[in-house]
Amino acid sequence: MPDEDVNAPQHPSGSVGVVTPQKARFDAPLQLRSGATLPAFELAYETYGTLNAARSNAVLVCHALNASHHVAGLYADRPDEVGWWDNLVGPGKPLDTERFFVIGVNNLGGCHGSTGPMSTNPQTGRPWGGDFPVVTVEDWVDAQARLADRLGIDCFAAVMGGSLGAMQALHWALAYPERIRHSLVIASTPRLSAQNIAFNEVARQAITTDPDFHGGHYYDKGVVPTRGLRIARMIGHITYLSDEAMMAKFGRLLRRGVPGFDFDIDFEVESYLRYQGDKFSSYFDANTYLRITKALDYFDPAAEFGGNLSAALARAQAAFLVVSFKSDWRFAPARAREIVRALLDNRRIVSYLELDAPGGHDAFLMEDPRYHAALRAYFDNIER
Amino acid sequence: MTANEQALLAARPDFAAIARWVTPGARVLDLGCGDGALLRYLWEARQAPGYGVEIDDAEVVACVKNDVNVLQMNLEDGLSVFRDGSFDYVLLSETLQTIHRTEQLMREMLRVGREAIVSFPNFGHWQARLQLLLGRMPVSEELPYAWYETPNVHLCTLTDFEDLCRRLGTRIEERLVLHAGRAVSLLPNLFGSLAVYRCTRG
Repeated sequence: MPDEDVNAPQHPSGSVGVVTPQKARFDAPLQLRSGATLPAFELAYETYGTLNAARSNAVLVCHALNASHHVAGLYADRPDEVGWWDNLVGPGKPLDTERFFVIGVNNLGGCHGSTGPMSTNPQTGRPWGGDFPVVTVEDWVDAQARLADRLGIDCFAAVMGGSLGAMQALHWALAYPERIRHSLVIASTPRLSAQNIAFNEVARQAITTDPDFHGGHYYDKGVVPTRGLRIARMIGHITYLSDEAMMAKFGRLLRRGVPGFDFDIDFEVESYLRYQGDKFSSYFDANTYLRITKALDYFDPAAEFGGNLSAALARAQAAFLVVSFKSDWRFAPARAREIVRALLDNRRIVSYLELDAPGGHDAFLMEDPRYHAALRAYFDNIER
Repeated sequence: MTANEQALLAARPDFAAIARWVTPGARVLDLGCGDGALLRYLWEARQAPGYGVEIDDAEVVACVKNDVNVLQMNLEDGLSVFRDGSFDYVLLSETLQTIHRTEQLMREMLRVGREAIVSFPNFGHWQARLQLLLGRMPVSEELPYAWYETPNVHLCTLTDFEDLCRRLGTRIEERLVLHAGRAVSLLPNLFGSLAVYRCTRG
């Protein structure tokens, strides 16, 4: 079974230590929801812990917008690159890798190793670029199911995610009800609101109107639409934080102590946004960003049931833990309660936490003691 | 009965009464469910599956630990997340006295449930009356808080509660009045410290 290097030294404080990403190639075509077909694809993934003999202790952790298969641990050659949910996943952590076999996977269309716009289009021998199909949450879950087949996992103990990752955890329960025992849906929504879509569209417009975008075929030109991606990320960041959290973090602090009466950085928050934008645009692919925001926009399991979410969730058999954060205005608690209500209508097993955490949408990544205590308690009760 | 269950019933004598009234396999909603002990007891003793509603973070985490379904919501916002008649029993165990919008919640309980089971400390108990007569706010086993720190906002007597039921058109099907874990039949509004009612829409 693919696993992390067992000889790797244990990193202190419950880290899974040094991990090595892996790749799985799938040669059977994947039918996408858009109507397009991917003739073959690769998925980059990481695993932590050990799959038990009954193959019943696997937990899939789905990523959101900008993350990847690197959920926990660190890389031998890049010790600073700690997994994005490392505070949750590891030996003795709430999702305990001593008990569970945890899998992180980079989604299709991604830019961290799975087949995506930067990969070679077999028909042209050149990068797909703007020709890479638009992929959806449903497509991602189908691809993840292929990886589960490959790893010999018939049924996940749990599938979990935050935000867009939670949409995958929810869709798993609908698309493969017999293959998932628990679904953890955190900081999520059953569908984006017009306002949510509007923010995504501004981000996309920033990218597609960048003169370096070239219809997505910028790899050939040796340029990157950095300016667009940078602005897209800045907009995203504003929606991930609450007004309260931003004020607490930056207030109205002036970088230079006094107003500059110019357009250089005055306020700390400007410096922060520029920094986040620069950092993101240096490693993330604009074509991937466009596709991921589309996947968010399209997700709406109730659509094919005339908008009736209860009817859409009737297929689910899993037990659910739904979590929302009061300061999250991007996917507010009221949206999570729609999921809870639909599950109650179907008499499903569900618990719901509505935490008064200040972190905004990003609270799902933070180490709030109540939040982590609840996740720990939930996982402790999951039979392996 | 396990030692845990015995300890639980000693600490919460209303639980045994509630469990007696809940039919095996019935669907239960427990409002203000605390750490989920009653739900867990009902599941173990009556195989009655259910959900709890609780607002306190620590209690919600305790529910998850206890492996009972819990929904973190504020009862004052009503029960709009639940459909009409979706439960056999809606329980409100020693929580009534902490609710601000009492009438709304009583109506909501009998909207989402076939029956409501309500327990509360009896403010008409002689010890409470005596303490008031001596010029102080009552403090007792059932009412353990000093006046300045109590979460209780709507304390009532048996007679007061029955008046409210009459006003709401709620029918009282059964009543059990207790003191120190024993049933009280003589002058219950004077000698009972804890009351448990089973109500229907009437």
